Amino acid sequence: MAFTIKVNGIAHSVDVDADTPLLWVLRDVLGMCGTKFGCGIALCGACTVHLDGTPTRSCVTPVGSIGNQAITTIEAIRKTPQGKAVQQAWLDLEVVQCGYCQSGQIMSAAALLTNTPKPSDAEIDAAMSGNVCRCGTYQRIRAAIHHAAGMRED
Amino acid sequence: MAHHVCVPRLDRRGFLKVGAALSGGLVINVAVPIAFRPPWAAEVGPSFDPNAFIRIDRRGVVTLVMPMVEMGQGTYTALPMLLAEELEVALDQVRLEHAPPNDVLYANPMLHFQATGMSSSIRAFWTPLRQAGAVGRTLLIAAAANRWRVDPGRCRAQRGVILHPTSTRRLPYGELVDDAATLPVPAADSVALKDSREFTLIGTPAKRLDTPDKVNGLAQFGIDVRVPNMKVAAIAISPVFGGKPKSVNEAAARTVKGVCQVVRIDNAVAVVGDHMWAAKKGLIAAAIQWDDGPLATINSSDIIRQLEEASKQPGVVARNEGDAENALAGAAQRIDAIYQVPFLAHAAMEPMNCTVHVRKDGCDLWVGTQVPTRTQSLVAEITGLPKDAVKLHNQLLGGGFGRRLEADGTVLAVKIAQHVDGPVKVLWSREEDIQHDMYRPYYYDRLSAGLDASGKPVAWTHRLCGSSIYARYLPQIFTNGLDHDAVEAAAEPPYHLPNIHVDYVRVEPPGIPTAFWRGVGPTHNVFVVESFIDELAAAAKQDPVAYRKTLLGHNPRALGVLELATRQAGWGRPLPARRARGVSVQFAFDTYLSQVAEVEVTTEGSVQVHRIVCAVDCGIAINPDTIAAQVEGGALFGLTAALYGNITLKNGRVEQSNFHDYQPIRIDEAPRIETHLVRSAASPGGFGEAPTAAVAPAVTNAIFAATGKRIRTLPIDTALLKSTA
Repeated sequence: MAFTIKVNGIAHSVDVDADTPLLWVLRDVLGMCGTKFGCGIALCGACTVHLDGTPTRSCVTPVGSIGNQAITTIEAIRKTPQGKAVQQAWLDLEVVQCGYCQSGQIMSAAALLTNTPKPSDAEIDAAMSGNVCRCGTYQRIRAAIHHAAGMRED
Repeated sequence: MAHHVCVPRLDRRGFLKVGAALSGGLVINVAVPIAFRPPWAAEVGPSFDPNAFIRIDRRGVVTLVMPMVEMGQGTYTALPMLLAEELEVALDQVRLEHAPPNDVLYANPMLHFQATGMSSSIRAFWTPLRQAGAVGRTLLIAAAANRWRVDPGRCRAQRGVILHPTSTRRLPYGELVDDAATLPVPAADSVALKDSREFTLIGTPAKRLDTPDKVNGLAQFGIDVRVPNMKVAAIAISPVFGGKPKSVNEAAARTVKGVCQVVRIDNAVAVVGDHMWAAKKGLIAAAIQWDDGPLATINSSDIIRQLEEASKQPGVVARNEGDAENALAGAAQRIDAIYQVPFLAHAAMEPMNCTVHVRKDGCDLWVGTQVPTRTQSLVAEITGLPKDAVKLHNQLLGGGFGRRLEADGTVLAVKIAQHVDGPVKVLWSREEDIQHDMYRPYYYDRLSAGLDASGKPVAWTHRLCGSSIYARYLPQIFTNGLDHDAVEAAAEPPYHLPNIHVDYVRVEPPGIPTAFWRGVGPTHNVFVVESFIDELAAAAKQDPVAYRKTLLGHNPRALGVLELATRQAGWGRPLPARRARGVSVQFAFDTYLSQVAEVEVTTEGSVQVHRIVCAVDCGIAINPDTIAAQVEGGALFGLTAALYGNITLKNGRVEQSNFHDYQPIRIDEAPRIETHLVRSAASPGGFGEAPTAAVAPAVTNAIFAATGKRIRTLPIDTALLKSTA
């Protein structure tokens, strides 16, 4: 059946089953490939998007459950002050290695800073431990989140 | 992969060919002599291509066609730095392209074909790329000097411009390229390269060229490829290696909305659909029944028993000096130990995938691969197409770790695509990715050492038993039954060991394929050697660092990293109860490295690594920030394996399936990691794999220091560490 979803401010009508995860709607139907597939069962966070600002694993979010919630993906996160700061911090501290998980890391980090502008290490751990990075960029992710938090005050 | 087997030296000269680009401008081809070529690389084509390797166009834009692939290790920044340093351009003036498969133009001289692995990229291209830059710069200076009718010796190059300081004249490269392309080319080794003290780019923490698109979602990995009219296929591979589909309910699969087709091949079933979810649902509806075949009874315990038996017989000698047997018999004290490391999956974040379009007259492949020509050759074989009709479009890799040195995923995708009309993206689920990986081999090692009355080692024997990857992958270098990769860092420990005997027993495990994994030989052997040295220090009742130092007098670079790491870690400073430091030293990939881990073991036995200090002597560090990043990442990759990594077989099936039971380390468990570089003017060593190896023994030696319990089998069994007190 057809669903209308709002992605990065634009409404899209998609004709898929209601149980289709948002991840595959974004990647395979809408061709927005910045959101990544990693595990399929919400264990790695590579597919993280925001639904009304809340970080959400799109691989286990049926399209039929979304309704009117605004979907934000990595392609548009720069439009939020937190997203922009996080992306800049990622560049400043050279966080990235292979880069595959980083869309999800950035989406989780941007959501964290929205709710907790000055997170402690423990708050970073709590917010980010659902995002796996096999290249092992965690130390820089932590530093970059602190860096982004500082940036927003300037 | 080991480096001993490779003929080329670090100072190997490249042959340069220079000419005009098709669209105008200067082209420099770098052809590095290859000692021998594996079968798939045997065909020789023209050694000059007007599109190949390095182009400078009329706008002055430098394009470097990247022979090596980017999988996070930073080669897309480090290799351009080598070129830019001598060509005298800024890094932001360099554009990168993925190289097509071509062993004539892009072979890696250390690996004998076009391949990214073995921490070899910098070592392979250190001299050729700087020479290419220097030759290019020399030609551009000559072109400017000709135009101005001045002495080229009075001109210099800076940031893409030739300057004549006395007359203040200047010409950008773009205006000189057509002239430069017609000039006689100086021999590569006639052009002086900069002394390391003159470097302005090499040795600086340059910004990575691939990062910007990796923070905004634009970077295209293999999995992100989209081709017009492309379908998506989900696959199920026989859960037992070598099994076949017995029954498939194709009709049920086809009733799922969005499913177009069911494809059955020898060992797998694919459901092709409009998108992944449709294909996945189709696969479930297909209710596949398998004929497991003869390997359905294999369990891990069978494989371990087979290795244990094999370890009782002598193997092929990898190193023999002095008389270890006699020295052992006459020693004041004898220590024996058995070490074991498990099968490991790679679990790169980007699951295996390949997009294929097979036609009567050709085939296109879109895939991130570490081995483009090997892949192309295998696909040509399956399809019966000539190699040049198989076009491979390489992509960024969402992690490699050795997994993408294998073409099995592409071969499977092509076999499916042969049944599909139009392009199809074949995508593995995480479960398929873990259960049908090709695994780091299980190794079973038997060691003995003899100490004299003062505690010094007088005998050392080490027998390694396990699969040989080279025997399958590159049989030309599996000579006399010895796999140099399997024994790397075991045959030549950094220590002074007067009577040493190291041998290798090849044992191929039934029912489970093996392959390279980030630092195969060293990752296994450094754990074993550094743990056993620690055992000897304990038996000699000496401090593990002091003990190692007495055995490293002949090896100043190894001693140097050990001293630096232990000083920075505060070795010897008191720590709270159940907390201790452990150390390791290694020489591998032409790099020296020492790590100190600070570890806490709770009374329940859980292991918390608080801090890792790593000292590095990799010769000239091209990009020190990338070195630090590789230390951070490599240490965590090795730590994940030490703490959790374990692939096991039950009834022929891999038991692990996703990140809950093949557990990666997460941010809340990640220790603080510090990197300390030794300043050096030595030729650069390899780095992508080195830090992965040193971490496990540093951690297990710390566990021993904290608890008195010696870990000889990985992953660490925390049940053994529970305090009984």
